[in-house]
Amino acid sequence: MSSTAQAVHYEEHHQSWFERWFMSTNHKDIGTLYLSFSFLMLFVGGSMAMLIRAELFEPGMQLMQPYFFNELTSMHGLVMIFGVIMPSFVGLANWMIPMQVGAPDMALPRLNNLSFWILPFAFILLLSTFFMPGGAPAAGWTMYPPLVLQGGEAIAFMIFAIHLMGISSILGSINIIATILNMRAPGVDLLKMPMFCWSWLITSFLVIAVMPVLAGAVTMMLFDRFFGTNFFNAAAGGDSVMYQHVFWFFGHPEVYIMILPAFGIISEIVPTFARKPLFGYKAMVYAIACIAFLSFIVWAHHMFTVGMPLGGEVFFMFSTMLIAVPTGVKIFNWVTTMWKGSLSFEVPMLWAIGFIVLFSIGGFSGVMMALVPADFQYYGTYFIVAHFHYVLVGGALFSIIGAVYYWLPKWSGNMYSSFWGKLHFWSSVISVNVLFFPQQFLGFAGMPRRIPDYNVAFADWNMVSSIGGFWFGATQLVFVGVVIHCVFFSKQKATSRVWEHAYGLEWTLPSPAPHHSFTVPPVIDDSQLAHGDVTH
Amino acid sequence: MNMGPDVSGNSILPKGAMTMSSSNCMRRVTGAIAALGTLLVSMTAAANPVPWQMNLPKGVTPISHEIWDLHMAALWVCVVLGIVVFGAMFIAIFRFRKSKGAVAATWTHNTKMEFAWTLVPVLILIGLATPATIITRNMYNATDAEMTVKVTGYQWLWRYDYISYDGKPVTKVPTIWSRLGWDSNRARQLDSGISPWSVVDKQTGYHDYLLDVTEPLVIPAGVKVRFLITADDVIHGWWVPDFAAKRDALPGIMNDAWAKVDQPGIYRGQCYVLCGQDHSAMPIVVKVLPRDQFNAWLAARENPAALDKAARTAEVTPQKSGPEPAKG
Ligand code: HEM
Ligand SMILES: [Cu+2]
Ligand SMILES: [Cu+2]
Repeated sequence: MSSTAQAVHYEEHHQSWFERWFMSTNHKDIGTLYLSFSFLMLFVGGSMAMLIRAELFEPGMQLMQPYFFNELTSMHGLVMIFGVIMPSFVGLANWMIPMQVGAPDMALPRLNNLSFWILPFAFILLLSTFFMPGGAPAAGWTMYPPLVLQGGEAIAFMIFAIHLMGISSILGSINIIATILNMRAPGVDLLKMPMFCWSWLITSFLVIAVMPVLAGAVTMMLFDRFFGTNFFNAAAGGDSVMYQHVFWFFGHPEVYIMILPAFGIISEIVPTFARKPLFGYKAMVYAIACIAFLSFIVWAHHMFTVGMPLGGEVFFMFSTMLIAVPTGVKIFNWVTTMWKGSLSFEVPMLWAIGFIVLFSIGGFSGVMMALVPADFQYYGTYFIVAHFHYVLVGGALFSIIGAVYYWLPKWSGNMYSSFWGKLHFWSSVISVNVLFFPQQFLGFAGMPRRIPDYNVAFADWNMVSSIGGFWFGATQLVFVGVVIHCVFFSKQKATSRVWEHAYGLEWTLPSPAPHHSFTVPPVIDDSQLAHGDVTH
Repeated sequence: MNMGPDVSGNSILPKGAMTMSSSNCMRRVTGAIAALGTLLVSMTAAANPVPWQMNLPKGVTPISHEIWDLHMAALWVCVVLGIVVFGAMFIAIFRFRKSKGAVAATWTHNTKMEFAWTLVPVLILIGLATPATIITRNMYNATDAEMTVKVTGYQWLWRYDYISYDGKPVTKVPTIWSRLGWDSNRARQLDSGISPWSVVDKQTGYHDYLLDVTEPLVIPAGVKVRFLITADDVIHGWWVPDFAAKRDALPGIMNDAWAKVDQPGIYRGQCYVLCGQDHSAMPIVVKVLPRDQFNAWLAARENPAALDKAARTAEVTPQKSGPEPAKG
């Protein structure tokens, strides 16, 4: 704490622009850096998606060689997962957690600086592979050997980039855990914390538990490729299925790392605009904890066709079905929070409602895929692509955008144009369905994923999907406009509460929030907390 | 469906093979096999993907039917749950609006409701998972197969070897190398100027772009066939949706799947595990022949001399057939 206090003093008084943005130890500035970085990456990964959808607009190869298409799909996945969804949640955590628990800053401000600044270097390494002989990695974001080992030298860059991203997110998580456990103002009991803090507390443990597993997997890959080991080489007694097990032991918790903070955000937004406390707060906490635990024992549902023993198939089917139960509880609780509320539909609420619908659709397809025999017909098809885009775009990304619309006035002190925010929402929610709903049909019809060219029977739905894709992509430019306008040009000042029924400590601070959130611990009045009433 | 012998010389092979017939060897082979009278017309329509298709195919095996039923049950469960959940939400959205003067209640829990919506999903899921378990068991039961075929994935083609049939090992049937048909292959090149729509199976009129092969796997109808699936270089995936027979083709590992197809026809599938640049160009085509026709076909393949006779052709070179795999 004393080093924090010194940093506080230092920053407040002599900061050049360079010092502020490159040497910052302030949770808000670092939060802004995280969010800006992921915003940039959203457009980098998004451009790849536009190229992918352009090639898939019609059957036949029009724009690129098939191998480059594979580079694009692989890099699109890696950039979106590690460069957009994860860092933007960390950025939101940076901004909001100290404010929500009544702290001046994150517990470990210098570590915070480090964990952000690792990221740009990781992505320079990763993206530079496009310009290397042999091209970027092209074996999918899942990087299955032996295929990935056929890649050029570039895979070493990919592996080190992944190591860096892993280190960055582990450091970020350690910081979040330390902040939540040590820096809460007196009176902010764990079970009075906002759901966003809860979701990140649990997510952080997932991150710390599984990122090293991924690191192990890609390190074995590195050794196989460059140092003559044979972990995954069947010809020398290795086993490529082992890679899949290790990867998905990381991979499934990873997908929940990308959705639990979203659950937290939605649980903040819905009660505010329903003007009614969150239904079943404790149940929501337990549901998240339950999902986090179960996420460790479902991984092989990504490998149903790999030839596991029957017992394995059945076990992973039941465990996967089980994880749908707490997920359902969360959805029921949000809907019940709205029931008998007094609803209004400001921009963040629209995104939250969009989230609930789209995430549920993704959850439904998840349940269908959990049924082993059915998954035999879905695995490796566009149905899977549709599933994870519903949960990741309709779910994670929608929640992030909703969070920005919810907290941006608090961050910047200005209101944004709600007209453009609503336009952004409606255009996104329609186009995202035009984009991904037909992919479910394509999957049922048997179109494999990760292909640049397809039979003419798949042409129509692909064209529809591509149109939705361009539409969705173009719509996100509106978001850039809204944010830039709000931060730099908006004349409309935000009040400190911003939203009529917003409760929680962040709303007791002025807008924009002061550089150091709570320099003295706030005196907690339960009525100011979103969940002050611990009986529910 | 015309199953009768046809000696008109029409090819029964998919489109790609027609193109190959410009080569001498292939013309003879194609003609000879056609002469065996195994023309299968109008069989593809139901079995292969069609424009605007929105649902899983029902398929042609008992397992694929069971899966289809399970899939439909799960789909309807999701639709009903969706209607209930979204319905409740939209009722709330329209009824409890601040602009309509709604005043917020303050309750935040309801033990009975919470208990109910935990228990009911559990029951529904058990209801789905139980039949799913039974079907999975059947899918895993490849015993009593009357025929075994080994399937090997290569970058980027499939190799088929007949191992045994009718309780006897099959040793003399040459390997089938099954790669993308030449018409498709020409059309798929960047800037080929050839429309994918112009690639058509002349027999059936089916647009088989990227779904036709130089030489299909041929199996008998009404026979339980066990596929031993493996790969030579990277991981591939062997899948015929209509059979619901699907398994990863892993180097160094032998997986198995099985199918008993009662309805003769041509069934198409694709590799479903990313395997490199031509992943989209290694389709799977299985031709299912009525058993007697299959037996004749097999006999002809085992003994090219007999094939000659049957085809009343002077001289047929033994079928080494097919291109060599492009390993790499
Ligand atoms: C109701 C909860 C869920 C269930 C039952 C579920 C189930 C599944 C299953 C069985 C698969 C494997 C399908 C296959 O490859 O054949 C899968 C894939 C996937 N799921 Fe989910 N899922 C759920 C929620 C989520 C969430 C919340 C996310 C992320 C935010 C997510 C992201 C993914 C991704 C990225 C894949 C594909 C990975 C790949 O192969 O590239 N899922 N899911
Ligand atoms: Cu999973
Ligand atoms: Cu493949």
